[in-house]
Amino acid sequence: MKKTKILTATLLVAIIGLITVAADHIDAPAVSGTKADITDFYAFQGEDTNNIAFVANVQGLLAPSATSTASFDENVMVEFNIDTNNDNVEDLVIQAISRDGKMYFFGPYAPSSTGLNSTINKNAIKSEVSITPYGSSAIVANQNGMKFFAGPRDDPFFMDFAQYGEIIGGNASGFNNPGSDTFAGSNVMSIVVEVPKSQIGTSGTINTWVEAKTKQ
Amino acid sequence: MKFNKIKYIAFLTLSLLIISCSDDSDTTIQIETDFSGTFVQKDQMGRPAVNTVFVSSSSKDEFNTTIPSQQSAMFQSMFQTNLTALSPAFANSEDKNALGQDAAAFTGLLATDVLNVSLDGTTTFFDGTNVLTGRALADDVITVELLLIFGGEDFTENPSLSDDNVSANDKPFLTSFPYLASPW
Repeated sequence: MKKTKILTATLLVAIIGLITVAADHIDAPAVSGTKADITDFYAFQGEDTNNIAFVANVQGLLAPSATSTASFDENVMVEFNIDTNNDNVEDLVIQAISRDGKMYFFGPYAPSSTGLNSTINKNAIKSEVSITPYGSSAIVANQNGMKFFAGPRDDPFFMDFAQYGEIIGGNASGFNNPGSDTFAGSNVMSIVVEVPKSQIGTSGTINTWVEAKTKQ
Repeated sequence: MKFNKIKYIAFLTLSLLIISCSDDSDTTIQIETDFSGTFVQKDQMGRPAVNTVFVSSSSKDEFNTTIPSQQSAMFQSMFQTNLTALSPAFANSEDKNALGQDAAAFTGLLATDVLNVSLDGTTTFFDGTNVLTGRALADDVITVELLLIFGGEDFTENPSLSDDNVSANDKPFLTSFPYLASPW
């Protein structure tokens, strides 16, 4: 009875497409394998507890051999969205876009329009950091009260995705103990921004999400 | 008269030349970095694994291009259908997860794919006490989600499906900015 239940569950898992992958890595056909594929998003209190750090990762599952030639796409803007009044509409954005070896940041600022299409307001607070080359120690910029980083990093995501595939494929009834991290030894392209809480609200809860937008 | 006209034209031409000359010599060549254009949304993410797990295959691109304020209206019922089909822990209508949410409440929360972040203290996906106050690098978000999907009211149901037994990253995180470990 229980086995049947599990089998049914795993089959249904397969049907709804859980096989695709992980946190947000290669989550949808239009972005899979492109430089606009977000793999993960994190937001947490910084080492300085007056700050919040935002992390957006793109281009997942980079082997070390592929990482030295990996780059950010100058036509892809990564936009951190911040909703300060709980209506799930962005009140502030931080936009990141690369140009000639540097990652430029605009914001946080209130965009003139919200939603699917964005432009860059060149008059917004502007910061920049050199993109850290593979094999170099992290280059960090301190500008406008914020900290910035862009470049390759170890993928911070961990999961036994391979065993998940076995479960979905009907070859296993559950996870192994211990499991095996499918993302071990792989890299991502990371953008990290640390912002004073005073620039994104003062107290309470904010809603945040990250978007990858390509130039039209 | 005609001579005057020629003189005038000559003077004008000379003036223009002088103006353009001085213009050239005064201008330092400065190429401004171009940030123009309209950028159109391709991917978005709030909480981990939401699109992957709860959105049906044919709707994944649509979910990525629906603004969060419209996601619940468009996708909550799909999420609920997929959750109840997926997890034996939600087989009965009275079933709940360990947060006390039934299928409608749980998927109602998840369908709006934003990450809630507290500005007042601990930021974690779930640490046993704080729930959805952020997402720290070390948070075992997949096990938390598997527990909420498969673990039932007290995290004890379907134990072989509710923990992947990978609880930490393969490299230690840094205590200081940029926090993520150096690449392999």
